[in-house]
Amino acid sequence: MSATKPPAGTRTPFEQTYYPPVPTEFTKKMRTNLLWQIFRFAVINVKILRMVRKH
Amino acid sequence: MARLVILGAGIAGQTAALHARRRLGRDHEVVVVSPNSKWNWIPSNIWVGVGVMTPEQVTFPLRPVYEKTGIAFVQGKAVSVHPEGDGDSGKPYVKVELTETGKSGQEERVHYDWLVNATGPKLNFDATPGLGPQKNSLSVCTFDHAAHTSKAFDETVARMKAGEKQTLLIGTGHGNCTCQGAAFEYIFNVEFELRRRGVRDKARVVWLSNEHELGDFGMGGMFIRRGGYVTHSRVFTESLYTERGIEWITRAAVKEVAPGEASYETLDGDERSLKFDFAMLLPPFSGVGLKAFDRAGADITPSVFAPNGFMLVDGDYAKKPYEEWSPEDWPRTYQSPKFPNVFAVGIAFAPPHAISKPMTSPKGTPIFPTPPRTGMPTGVMAREVAFNIVDMIKGNATAPKRQASLAHMGAACIASAGAGLFRGTAVSMTLFPIVPDFRKYPDTGRDLDWTFGEIGLAGHWIKHLLHFGFIYKAKANPLWTMVPE
Repeated sequence: MSATKPPAGTRTPFEQTYYPPVPTEFTKKMRTNLLWQIFRFAVINVKILRMVRKH
Repeated sequence: MARLVILGAGIAGQTAALHARRRLGRDHEVVVVSPNSKWNWIPSNIWVGVGVMTPEQVTFPLRPVYEKTGIAFVQGKAVSVHPEGDGDSGKPYVKVELTETGKSGQEERVHYDWLVNATGPKLNFDATPGLGPQKNSLSVCTFDHAAHTSKAFDETVARMKAGEKQTLLIGTGHGNCTCQGAAFEYIFNVEFELRRRGVRDKARVVWLSNEHELGDFGMGGMFIRRGGYVTHSRVFTESLYTERGIEWITRAAVKEVAPGEASYETLDGDERSLKFDFAMLLPPFSGVGLKAFDRAGADITPSVFAPNGFMLVDGDYAKKPYEEWSPEDWPRTYQSPKFPNVFAVGIAFAPPHAISKPMTSPKGTPIFPTPPRTGMPTGVMAREVAFNIVDMIKGNATAPKRQASLAHMGAACIASAGAGLFRGTAVSMTLFPIVPDFRKYPDTGRDLDWTFGEIGLAGHWIKHLLHFGFIYKAKANPLWTMVPE
């Protein structure tokens, strides 16, 4: 993907985006890491199916 | 032979119709009344709104499905309910204004023994001057709106590619909107597409909503376990916005949308405005405007419907302060207290009160989300109501036995944050119960073992699977009952 990043300098001190936690590069990479996401796919599906079975 | 009439063919109406038809057998009749000839998987409209899907991919014609399953279809808009019939006959009926080509404008009486009101909402754009696709802002509430919005988005991107900076404003267009989740999905997909198309640096992306805090979603937010802490969804959501460079304005009621400028009032009473080049602002919802009349023709609408047009069911509608709200206020069977053969499901039933804490500005403007009642909970309540009616028709019960209270029900929600087989992500959430119970769960209102949220590619895969799975199910294809609500 030829993506541009969000504008740099959006975390200005004492402005609203200064305070929230931001993910590390490792966390961001894991969000689209195929092996990890295949595992999460299974885990999330189990969680959803458990919820469905409650009804 | 009994006749079950279902008003509406959205997620709730289709779920109720298919389950009732399957269980009732051919001795009884199931009739669906809907002004639309197509079924729409509304959760994917956000993808139509950024050009990732076409309207054809999120819709299909209803009539062939009903011919296959033996459901009668009246294409028309219900205008009034006559639960006692009229002077000629005591047989209850619904007056319908036909919308089918060639019959448009004609009226028809559709008699019923059992009635399910699943009409969904009226998109009340008129509540805010200048709001809506006919005026000065865009919408993704219907597939037509989303297709129109997609074109406007393409034009905005073209201007950015030509070197212009653009402000994109996305959120809610009134102080009492619901469905923040749809706007959340849309702003994240817009931001994702801007990056994919290489113009993110030309865009100022701004979220504007009536939520008290980000991550409220009309449910008062939720707590999840994360990184060794119990964390409010506000933290998680603010992180997602910060990571993407999206600004946010909360506690805001849009008062007017002029061409290129939205005026809003904040909870502290300030009047502000924001100029935009592209604005997708959701409307507030109201009931579709159904009236009710008794046998003598007298208007009994106030005893059947709440003032906002949603149908009164078995909830506790007594006015009480937030501190006295109880999970037990929420309806369980969705049966009308006045007419036991009438039910309302999905957005059509009147919630007893909000879930998020009501807030009012010093000028008296209510600024808080109304409760969401879409998606999985809608399907579950429609199914349970259908089963209850089937039981009563067959003589297996004299009153509804199955219950589907939002205060005793959980939900799973997948919110797209960008579409792509390998680069897409979505927020996956489950929570239990939907209506928080602070007596049972004093600190968080919900069971943390059943409440979680995370973002990743897996969520996108699930969102995409749900798209195909629910369209497959709504078409009543083989083994459709295997797809859960």
